[in-house]
Amino acid sequence: MLARRIIAALDIKDGRVVKGVRFQNMRDAGDPVELAVKYEEEGVDEIVFLDITASYEKRSILINVVKRVADVLSIPFTVGGGIRSVEEVKALIKRGADKVFVNTAAVENPELIREIARVIGTANLVVAIDAKHNGSYWEVHTHGGRMARSIDALQWARRVQELGAGEILLTSMDTDGTKEGFDIPLLREVVKRVDIPIIASGGAGSPRHFYEAFKAGASAALAASIFHRGEYRIDEIKKYLKRKGVPVRLER
Amino acid sequence: MIGVLDLGIGNIENVRRAVDGIIVKDSYGIERTEKLIFPGVGNFGEIAERVKELKPSLLDFIGDGKPFLGICLGLHYLFKGSEEQPEARGLNVFPGKVVAFGKKGIPHIGWNQIFIRKEHPLLQGIENGSYFYFVHSYYVKEVPDDYILAETEHLTENIATRFPSAVAMDSIYGVQFHPEKSGKVGLRLLKNFRRL
Repeated sequence: MLARRIIAALDIKDGRVVKGVRFQNMRDAGDPVELAVKYEEEGVDEIVFLDITASYEKRSILINVVKRVADVLSIPFTVGGGIRSVEEVKALIKRGADKVFVNTAAVENPELIREIARVIGTANLVVAIDAKHNGSYWEVHTHGGRMARSIDALQWARRVQELGAGEILLTSMDTDGTKEGFDIPLLREVVKRVDIPIIASGGAGSPRHFYEAFKAGASAALAASIFHRGEYRIDEIKKYLKRKGVPVRLER
Repeated sequence: MIGVLDLGIGNIENVRRAVDGIIVKDSYGIERTEKLIFPGVGNFGEIAERVKELKPSLLDFIGDGKPFLGICLGLHYLFKGSEEQPEARGLNVFPGKVVAFGKKGIPHIGWNQIFIRKEHPLLQGIENGSYFYFVHSYYVKEVPDDYILAETEHLTENIATRFPSAVAMDSIYGVQFHPEKSGKVGLRLLKNFRRL
């Protein structure tokens, strides 16, 4: 049986890992390669790198990080943040990224999903959706959550599947940073509507939260701060999940 | 010396590093190595096209009885052809065929278990039920039982497909998963191949 995955997220700025809450109070938190290797040793199943470097000119720094990570990592990793073209995707994959994710550019030009899927295959393309409940529906946001788009996230999830997304990285802006658990109602609604794997993101604060996300149908659950701060080790969370009957990969 | 075949698609540095080998790009490089790893990424047609000129060298290499390990598409390439690109031709050195999951070739992505069918040095130190990383939409079937080292099960459209995930025949080896992306057990398998 396919294992449910635990994914660690690293925010990258100018080639360094940064920590902060919602793009504020950024602090340097180390070298991405070193941190990725540390998480691999703790048994993480996958790593997602989100590049938050503002300028397009500094793209080469990210490409270099990807190459260095690919050279040493022996688990899969995904890269995204500000990707706008098939050419950028090709460059990242060529340097060794296993998958890429797109967000803003896909909302602005949905055809981009189809184009990327054609070049690198559906299996390697993740579409990230940032959603926030606006009182009547879960609204899609872009630009790192700064821009509301008047698009229903549930409909958008279906659409990206049709266009060729292989997975959806679903971040709830309502639960993100709260550490009170993933957004289970949102997760359930999306899982109900699509067949492709869903990565739950936003709100992880304890091992139980991961269990709840998997029970709601998530194929993977992503977290950042609880791993960065060393509050829980990944293998500790996996052992808990295994006891609860969730299929997880545990290295001996 | 162990060679890792580079067809210019993707990064194979982590495979090279795991086996402490060298990158090989041409016939000369293939002839010089004692063992060869063919890490396939992309699609069958593309691989077949890129490797065309090297095909005679690969067949000689295998014919000489030198250990050859095909990974993912590299495994598929050992067969006559693949449903992925019916007109493209593989090496045709392994009995069986390469077919799609379900009608649409639904991808099998993620960490899945291997169930060991046969004791073999390639799987030494790897426990039954270990998780490896898979990314593929096509799989090998009709491989004679004697050559199946391990199997894996994938659920598509509510049908469980059990397929060979590690095979061996004489000095020809193939794995459907990506050992270079499978953490410690994957590195163990690559080291086992190095020691064969």
